[in-house]
Amino acid sequence: MSARVGVVTFPGSLDDRDAARAVRLAGGEPVGLWHDDAALGRVDAVFLPGGFSYGDALRCGAIARFSQVMDTVKAAAAQGMPVLGVCNGFQVLCESHLLPGALVRNAHLRYRNRPARLRVETSRTAWTRLYQPGSEVVFPAKHGEGRYVADEAVLDELEANGRVVFRYLDNPNGSMRDIAGVTNEAGNVVGLMPHPEHAVDELTGPSTDGLGIVASVLAHLTGAVDTSGVSR
Amino acid sequence: MSQLNVAIDTVGVADATPDEKQPWLELGLKEDEYQRIREILGRRPTQSELAMYSIMWSEHCSYKSSRVHLRQFGEKNPKTPRLLAGIGENAGVVAIDENLAVTFKVESHNHPSYVEPKQGAATGVGGIIRDIIAMGARPIAVMDSLRFGAIDHPDTARVLPGVVDGIGHYGNCVGLPNIGGETYFDPCYQGNPLVNALSVGVLPRSRLQSMQASGVGNTVILMGAKTGRDGIGGVSVLASATFSETGEGDARPSVQVGDPFTEKLLIEVCLELFDAGLVVGVQDLGGAGLTCALSETAAAGDGGMHVDLERVPLRAKGMEPHDILASESQERMLLIVDPAKAEEVLARSRRWGLLATEIGTVTDSGRLVIDFHGQTVVDVPPKSLADEGPVYHRPIAEPNDLALIAVDRAETLPRPTTDEEIRQTVLDMAASPNLCDKSWITEQYDSSVFGNTVLGTPHDAGVVRLDETTGVGIAISLDGNGRFARLDPYTGAQLALAEAYRNVAVTGATPIAISDCLNFGSPEDPHVMWQFERAVTGIADGAQKLGIPVTGGNVSFYNQTGRDAIHPTPVIGVLGVIDDVHRRIPLGLGKTGDTIALIGETREELSGSEWASVKHGHLGGVPPVVDLDHEMKLAELLSRMAETEQLAGAHDLSEGGLAQALVEAICHSGLGAQVLLPEGADPFTYLFSESSGRVLVVIPRGQELAVRTACEQRALPITPLGVADANTDGLHLRDHFDIGRDELEASWKGRIGALLGE
Repeated sequence: MSARVGVVTFPGSLDDRDAARAVRLAGGEPVGLWHDDAALGRVDAVFLPGGFSYGDALRCGAIARFSQVMDTVKAAAAQGMPVLGVCNGFQVLCESHLLPGALVRNAHLRYRNRPARLRVETSRTAWTRLYQPGSEVVFPAKHGEGRYVADEAVLDELEANGRVVFRYLDNPNGSMRDIAGVTNEAGNVVGLMPHPEHAVDELTGPSTDGLGIVASVLAHLTGAVDTSGVSR
Repeated sequence: MSQLNVAIDTVGVADATPDEKQPWLELGLKEDEYQRIREILGRRPTQSELAMYSIMWSEHCSYKSSRVHLRQFGEKNPKTPRLLAGIGENAGVVAIDENLAVTFKVESHNHPSYVEPKQGAATGVGGIIRDIIAMGARPIAVMDSLRFGAIDHPDTARVLPGVVDGIGHYGNCVGLPNIGGETYFDPCYQGNPLVNALSVGVLPRSRLQSMQASGVGNTVILMGAKTGRDGIGGVSVLASATFSETGEGDARPSVQVGDPFTEKLLIEVCLELFDAGLVVGVQDLGGAGLTCALSETAAAGDGGMHVDLERVPLRAKGMEPHDILASESQERMLLIVDPAKAEEVLARSRRWGLLATEIGTVTDSGRLVIDFHGQTVVDVPPKSLADEGPVYHRPIAEPNDLALIAVDRAETLPRPTTDEEIRQTVLDMAASPNLCDKSWITEQYDSSVFGNTVLGTPHDAGVVRLDETTGVGIAISLDGNGRFARLDPYTGAQLALAEAYRNVAVTGATPIAISDCLNFGSPEDPHVMWQFERAVTGIADGAQKLGIPVTGGNVSFYNQTGRDAIHPTPVIGVLGVIDDVHRRIPLGLGKTGDTIALIGETREELSGSEWASVKHGHLGGVPPVVDLDHEMKLAELLSRMAETEQLAGAHDLSEGGLAQALVEAICHSGLGAQVLLPEGADPFTYLFSESSGRVLVVIPRGQELAVRTACEQRALPITPLGVADANTDGLHLRDHFDIGRDELEASWKGRIGALLGE
């Protein structure tokens, strides 16, 4: 039995099919979840995909925070369920206070689409455990509101506790301390702006580095590797 | 909702006040057209009816100046079993295999994009996407063909960033990858930029939809955004008239405002409804709004429809019936559904948070009857609006200056002669606005959403996978060259067709269909009509020769300010099919040691070239020769080479000639190129001529003989030029000069932002 990874569709989600494909290619079973449905359908992990949920009304991710499904996701995350947010999904996680900080307008004020070289800073999360810390990956980054910001104290705390998960090698948006992705204290919730689900096939992406994200969570769920890194 | 206080002009009132003076002239109608409306109705039209006729009989909707020429497409189109829906539908549909079909179309949104660049361009993308949905397809990609005035003109810094922002914003938010396109600058587009957007969609053949309002008693549902005051007069005033030289008046209220979020919901809901078999007929609301959708569906169906207009959800107070009918509010679709299924349609819309409202019923009355709070404001035969508009045989006259232009050949212009001068010309051309890297633009577009983009910008054509299991995919290219068309519109149109066809072929795909966007000046100018007639004939003849049909498109007239018309600019989209996208041929230089060769013949053809424009500001002479027989052989060869995987790279030669093709191939790969020009070749001509029908190919080691033999069998000239080499820095042109990669990239990259003053 492969692990079931729920992929949430909000009105305005765009990368839900791509997230499901990444889950499938990595050996998991994608399960569609609907924004207005509190039921998580016995999934083992949740993937919040990119897009423009609710048309980015108010702020990116601000409305999604109040959706039925996010109530359940928050509760499940508190119980340790792995949750990943990519791009708009990362924005939703920040708005929902599952992750610290916020994503604001790119420093150059434009939407920009480039393959982003990233350094994996930690394998001590449910979603990165199969990567070598310090290794380099390439995921497409494409967003207009991807500049990661937080209080200096929060940033210091993230750094001190190894909660910066990905860092840009060529910062495309002015993110503070080149941060591309972060995790929560327990390491089960991860958010990042670049798109691992668009780096799963040589034919269509800049690399296949993204497969490791879902592969990591599958390994985490089946206990195939040492899990001591995750619960600290 | 309360009734309006103003007196409504009903059919009864119109009967009672036959001599009421009506503003037909202000609405863009001619006197004889107004009289014909009175004859059709046997009375004066109501205010609403007058608004509807003025819209449907406008140039934009009725094609009244172009129709007599566009007939050629139907007459000359090759018959092909692939064509499932053709000209006259929302978009042409071609079969890919036994199960899948593809629909694509290119359309202009020129005038709105000049008035309000961001919204004008955004709603252009939105409009073409709805045409694709209306055929039953899921939109899977967009492309854009853009033309602006001189890049250093102050207004270009207003128009270009806005247009790019609009296309990017809409496409990115609605979730469609932008897989390619083109951007050109020429002073002739200064007051009349061209924004042509293409969308392509895929559907199971069984899901093909029709725009017919058939089935008496069926329910008419309006779905999507509320109707507001935006875009009123968009097609009749904005798109069907020339900008005045004084620029008086503010046309901004005629531009619609786009909401890609609602469009995304429309896509998902419509596809869900089609899949569930809940829809009898469907039509998008674009230019001309409800007026067009109601009259076209009624005319195509059982001939009658009754609508209660007060049911239309409004976003503005005090809108009168003619406002509601003329509004071009975006993100709306009209559905015809079985009344027994209407509740399910409404429920599925609600689930997505999308508004849907029953507004009428299909009848067999032969009349389109529209009531507003119980009073009849429209009672017309729908065909008189949709199909029986005026048809003009506009006067045609060859421009007087054509003979003079033809003898003013660019081949006689002073040229660089020394190696150092030619070297500098390579760099200057690479840095020129039309040839330089366009990343500043394309980085603002999502290219990978859906995860099926196999080749995107800057490849010659976009390639999209349709089916992950079989690997079947499509390739599309969008090309135009206004300068060539100005020199000779027949040949210029065929050159654009040949280039789009070749661009599809260099990816390894087989071209199967054409869509065109015809951008011209005022049809009231006989010289413009001559250009138009010649260009249409060129495309129709070309399609016939190439054996692939024109499946639809769009005409944009009145791209002129005062007496100054743009260059005639037919933009051609060609669609191809590739059986397995894994075998596509990319841009680049392959591996170290691979052979670089040129297929096709280089003649001394510099008239209309990028070099003549950049270095001399010159436009004269006759454009390069087109040889469609040669193009067909070339395409067949490339398709074969893709199947047998005998090419590591291929790149079309077009603007800038061989020099630019080498620059792009080098910048796109990590390798350098060692090039030796053929003995006796004049280096300048060989590098900068824009002879048509040429492709730079990269042949893997060991395949040289096979490729040469394949070319010889087809009587295609092939000339080995050199090798790809990791140890060569940039371009090494033996016996002439070297240009290192850093210097090449410094010239080619980063120019757009710099030229816009950033």
